[in-house]
Amino acid sequence: MIIDRQARIVDKKNWGSYFLFSLESPEIARSSQPGQFLMIKVSETDSPLLRRPLSLHNRTNQEVEIFFQIAGKGTKLLSEKRPGEILDVIGPLGHGFSLKKEFKEKEIFCVGGGRGLAPLFFLAKELRAVEARPIIFYGGKTSADLPLRQRLEEAGIETRISTDDGSAGFPGMVTELVEKELQQRAPAFLFACGPEAMMKRLSEICQKNNLPAEFSLETIMGCGIGACWGCAQPIKKNGAIHYLKVCQDGPVFSAQEIIWGEKKYG
Amino acid sequence: MVDLSIDLGFLKLKNPVLAASGTFGYGLEFKPFFNLELLGGFVVKGLYFNPREGNPPPRLAETPSGLINSIGLQGIGVKAFCEEVLPQLQDLDTAIIVNVCGEEEDEYALVADYLGRFEGIDALELNISCPNVREGGRCPAQDPEATYRTVKKVKQVSSLPLITKLSPNVTDITSVAVAAEEGGSQAISLVNTFLAMAIDLKTRKPKLGNILGGLSGPAIKPIALRMVWQVANTVKIPVVGIGGIFTAEDALEFMVAGAAAVEVGTANFVDPEACLKIIQGMKKWAEENRILKISELTGSLQI
Repeated sequence: MIIDRQARIVDKKNWGSYFLFSLESPEIARSSQPGQFLMIKVSETDSPLLRRPLSLHNRTNQEVEIFFQIAGKGTKLLSEKRPGEILDVIGPLGHGFSLKKEFKEKEIFCVGGGRGLAPLFFLAKELRAVEARPIIFYGGKTSADLPLRQRLEEAGIETRISTDDGSAGFPGMVTELVEKELQQRAPAFLFACGPEAMMKRLSEICQKNNLPAEFSLETIMGCGIGACWGCAQPIKKNGAIHYLKVCQDGPVFSAQEIIWGEKKYG
Repeated sequence: MVDLSIDLGFLKLKNPVLAASGTFGYGLEFKPFFNLELLGGFVVKGLYFNPREGNPPPRLAETPSGLINSIGLQGIGVKAFCEEVLPQLQDLDTAIIVNVCGEEEDEYALVADYLGRFEGIDALELNISCPNVREGGRCPAQDPEATYRTVKKVKQVSSLPLITKLSPNVTDITSVAVAAEEGGSQAISLVNTFLAMAIDLKTRKPKLGNILGGLSGPAIKPIALRMVWQVANTVKIPVVGIGGIFTAEDALEFMVAGAAAVEVGTANFVDPEACLKIIQGMKKWAEENRILKISELTGSLQI
């Protein structure tokens, strides 16, 4: 991990409250793995005080990309930055998705809700690099929550769409679509990122279908580098529950390790 | 050439900047970013005798110019620290200070005694001021007698120099500082965080799993500065100033108020190189203002 104080915004795309930034940062790009994240300084003032954690959406030789939705003051400020501006970025951070050799020629489900699609594009590309067959499940409330459909299509990544209001793709929740597909397909693994309640439901579905899975958690973070212990979540390891750091031990954890809250999906 | 070194009497520092406990992990987390030997020193995260899980999440809430935390001193315990971490710190040419915690007075002594058996620790910082580990944010540093007893107990079992870290959540901080001095503490560090809370209006729930937490960051600096000035004017032992230091100017103001050295905390989260930038900024300021020895600034407030 390094601090790149000169990460230039070289491209910016926007769809409603969703944004895609390309940042020129060759050193971070070189060492990035899918599921890792960046800590980005969004303000030169004390407000907001902390950096914002953002998933790596993609990387090329020279660039890394982030895909995010305005969720508060920090992401609002970030969304207002323009191409040519310089960002202060720490990365790549955390422990990403497991890319296993056994995935070769196997179907892998990658499930994302809304902005949760962020790390799955990078993941699907890397899965293809190990000759696995990723299928992205992309769910949103309406078709406006699925701005990356075209990008996935252009990249030739097999994609299933769902919307809660039925305005595009499968009418219903993305978890229902996954359940439906599981009746006909037998993927080797499932990866997911999105609202906690969505991942909790997926976790139940995976358990029922005996499907191993990994989920990327989202929490408030203080430092992103393991120093403050502010992002800790209860995680089960070897039968005992401990508070582990999402920033360092995660953000990706295996499904059976995560202790879910009470929120219900839908 | 500016002389940035500081002599606390019991410990010489290369420069007045220490990274504060709870914001610098065990030091190792910052090794990828810069050479730790450039620091005056660092205070490793608070240690109880046994490993400790800390408080339920959420543990952080951002407020205007501030951060409320309710971590609750999660940590690996003194044995794992001495066996796994300390060997990686021992050879560093910088001051290593260990923050000592306890459920009750005897545990502080137990931890201090254990740490005393190992090489490479330059001083202990007595954490009697964390607002996140007892009900209602209470802590021993709210009571001069409990402060005196705890300091005395630790001094009886440990020959390591002792810095006592005070809580701002008191009516008169000088009486607690005097109690620590009388108990045998060689220095005072202040302040720990301010007991605080944040509410999510939509859900009407507290933003922190622990309901209460401790406020840090630029928001607390003026109150911390006032308390450092009051304490420095009361005790004879050196004072280490803490509270919302984000810039070299902040650090220098604490020295003018009476601090011999400073600790930088929350700024380390925002920028892993914060301490380094502050040290460089202090040096530059001293050069521009023709200060030959930075320690001259301590207590130089003009009234």
